[in-house]
Amino acid sequence: MITRLNHVSIFVLDQDSAYDFYVNKLGFKVHTDAPMGPGARWLTVTPPEQPELEIALMAISEGMMFTKESAEGMRKLVAGGTFGFGVFECNDLLATYEELKAKGVKFTKAPTQEFYGFEALFKDDSGNWFSLGQKGK
Amino acid sequence: MELMDYPKVYLYRRIVKAKLFIDDNYADAIELDHIADEAFFSKYHFIRLFKKAYGKTPHQYLTYVRIEKSKLLLKEEMAISEVCYAVGFDSISSFTGLFKRVVGQTPSAYQQSWISKQLEIKTTPLKHIPNCFAEMNGWTKKSNFQEV
Repeated sequence: MITRLNHVSIFVLDQDSAYDFYVNKLGFKVHTDAPMGPGARWLTVTPPEQPELEIALMAISEGMMFTKESAEGMRKLVAGGTFGFGVFECNDLLATYEELKAKGVKFTKAPTQEFYGFEALFKDDSGNWFSLGQKGK
Repeated sequence: MELMDYPKVYLYRRIVKAKLFIDDNYADAIELDHIADEAFFSKYHFIRLFKKAYGKTPHQYLTYVRIEKSKLLLKEEMAISEVCYAVGFDSISSFTGLFKRVVGQTPSAYQQSWISKQLEIKTTPLKHIPNCFAEMNGWTKKSNFQEV
């Protein structure tokens, strides 16, 4: 029986910029930041109140995972906002929305009461989008 | 219902401003009464709205920020006495006592375990990476990660 998710990966265009976005803007904690040789880095962050869930901020670069062409294609898809990676949760959506906006986070949907819940949508610095919901609402 | 239909958006903006003030000034002697005044709230109203937004009272949040910042400085191998004053505490014993109560370790033990973890990451990084990710990236045990 599977019980928990403890790692998930998000492809980003630039790991330094992603570090700044997830840590300094969203307030996530760095879990592991390990250099893995020239141009390679294993970087994971965790939501502040979910230290057991490591989000790996994966670079898109030519190598084992991507050919030159597929890396270029992937970068275009990420930058174009193709991928939505999940739903983050906060205690108070209006306050979190105002705070993240003040920090320069770009929202594509302001907090809106939908039939399924209260939600906003934002993008990370690469173009990946997320839903942001309010706990219990 | 969309954002601008919420009648109290301006209240949220003031609460967020107070929170960001704490984020920027945690190292100073912050008077929470003063923040409430600046935000044009009565103290009681301010504490209630702040707690609703952030799940902590302003005082609890200030303590949280100070402890979190102290963790970052300890990770940079700053001396514990320097960390204490750098994050706004005025006595080492109150800092270490609170740190241990919140984090579950003394600042010294926390710093040592961080240093040990960093050393381990440097020498055996694959112990910290699920194998599926390591293989996907071509990071194998035979690599020394210096000359790859």
